[in-house]
Amino acid sequence: MPAHTIRSYEEELKRLRDMIVRMGGLAERQVADATEALVRRDTELATEVVQRDAELDAMERQVDGFCVRLLALRQPVASDLRLIIAALKIAHDLERIGDYARNAAKRSIVLAEQPAIGSLNGFQRMARLVQENLKGAIDALVHDDSEKADEIWAADEPVDDIYNGIFREMLTFMMEDPRNITAATHLLFVAKNLERIGDHATNIAETVHFAVRGDVLEEERPKGDTSAYAVVRPPE
Amino acid sequence: MSSTTAETGARTTGSFGGMQARSEAAINTISRISIRNLDFYYGDLKALKGVSLELPDRQVTGMIGPSGCGKSTLLRVLNRMYSLYPGQRAEGEVIMDGRNIIAPDVDLNELRAKVGMVFQKPTPFPMTIYENIAFGVRLHERLSKAQMDERVEWALSRAAIWDEVKDRLQRSALGLSGGQQQRLCIARTIAVRPEVILFDEPTSALDPISTLKIEELIDELKRDFTICIVTHNMQQAARCADQVAFFYLGELVEVAPAAQLFTAPREQRTQEYITGRFG
Repeated sequence: MPAHTIRSYEEELKRLRDMIVRMGGLAERQVADATEALVRRDTELATEVVQRDAELDAMERQVDGFCVRLLALRQPVASDLRLIIAALKIAHDLERIGDYARNAAKRSIVLAEQPAIGSLNGFQRMARLVQENLKGAIDALVHDDSEKADEIWAADEPVDDIYNGIFREMLTFMMEDPRNITAATHLLFVAKNLERIGDHATNIAETVHFAVRGDVLEEERPKGDTSAYAVVRPPE
Repeated sequence: MSSTTAETGARTTGSFGGMQARSEAAINTISRISIRNLDFYYGDLKALKGVSLELPDRQVTGMIGPSGCGKSTLLRVLNRMYSLYPGQRAEGEVIMDGRNIIAPDVDLNELRAKVGMVFQKPTPFPMTIYENIAFGVRLHERLSKAQMDERVEWALSRAAIWDEVKDRLQRSALGLSGGQQQRLCIARTIAVRPEVILFDEPTSALDPISTLKIEELIDELKRDFTICIVTHNMQQAARCADQVAFFYLGELVEVAPAAQLFTAPREQRTQEYITGRFG
């Protein structure tokens, strides 16, 4: 698309995109570091993640303020309006993603004191998938790529599958030995945090679709989280 | 597994949907004027190229586009203003009440009583406020003094200026402010009880508050009249119009409900123009 007649407006819209990209980068890093801290039992790194969350909160406030300013002063329409609305929504999703990463990091500090149970491969795979989706969704915004956004929007099922596996695994550990309950419960919440992060990444993809195309993804998103129906029976 | 929404909290349908659904429902489907394949020539210059557009009954149609795009030309076709000038001609159909109003046998006085026009600059006659209204009415109707008084009050009230002028009806209209003069002109237009009112940039000479008063008035008038407004101010089109038509180089590029055109226009040229990226 040709550039704006008003150069400063063009620059402001570019700056808004840059703000979202930087925020997305930081959110990705928080997810990666929280997972790393969990797997390596690195409480120092976990503490860093917890402290760094304030930066994401500050960035969200910056994006909000900037968007309100653009709405008031530029009276944006069409694709510009959609970008600004999308930035507001995406900043909020990224801030929530940061909260989930921070919560996972906090739990990994407790978990470092607890006996190790099982393998954490599932957590690593899940973290990698949600990071990929998150990065892909932000890239789709940068490149106005609604097809990429649609792919990510529909690609959350593998995350749900891993989550369901972890859910059953943790219940099994708890049934085997009540001393596992503290660790297994915290790990369940960590898994839930990662699963929620994946949902926010698909929300971002949905918002990007709107920003690029101007229409709304109406159909039901494919979902695979079945843990809501899980029932366990203790061994007889 | 579609009912896990509460558990995952994920939104499955877009939260933008309502806006579009509403705007689409807002457009009346009954046409007051149907423009079909209209061409217009200033001598050899073709100023409108195959324009087809419906003006829905008692709705506001906004026309936007860069200077020279044909939007004012189209307005001038709708009340045959162009017939005053030799060498200008229209081809195609403009159907109103079952008749093609660009046909040569149309009674222009009758047409202009049905299709009124308000111009960019207020054009009060150098007469009293009362006479400004009564003058046009007398061209079309014979009313008693009492009936005329009633008509003048009705028109001034509908144009939201009665309270400001009721105590000085016999004073010159030229003493009114610009915004008041424009509302007086609107009163003069509606005094002959037209079906359609054309506004050609009605607020471009007015201050912001007078502008908002005219916009509020347009919103009020659309209950009884079909309105067509040409404006260079896109926010004004967004605020006033139910449907907006974008013209470029004599062509109608896109027509859509205002909310749709200003959030998600279909055409690239519309997108570039309304966001200020033209050229």
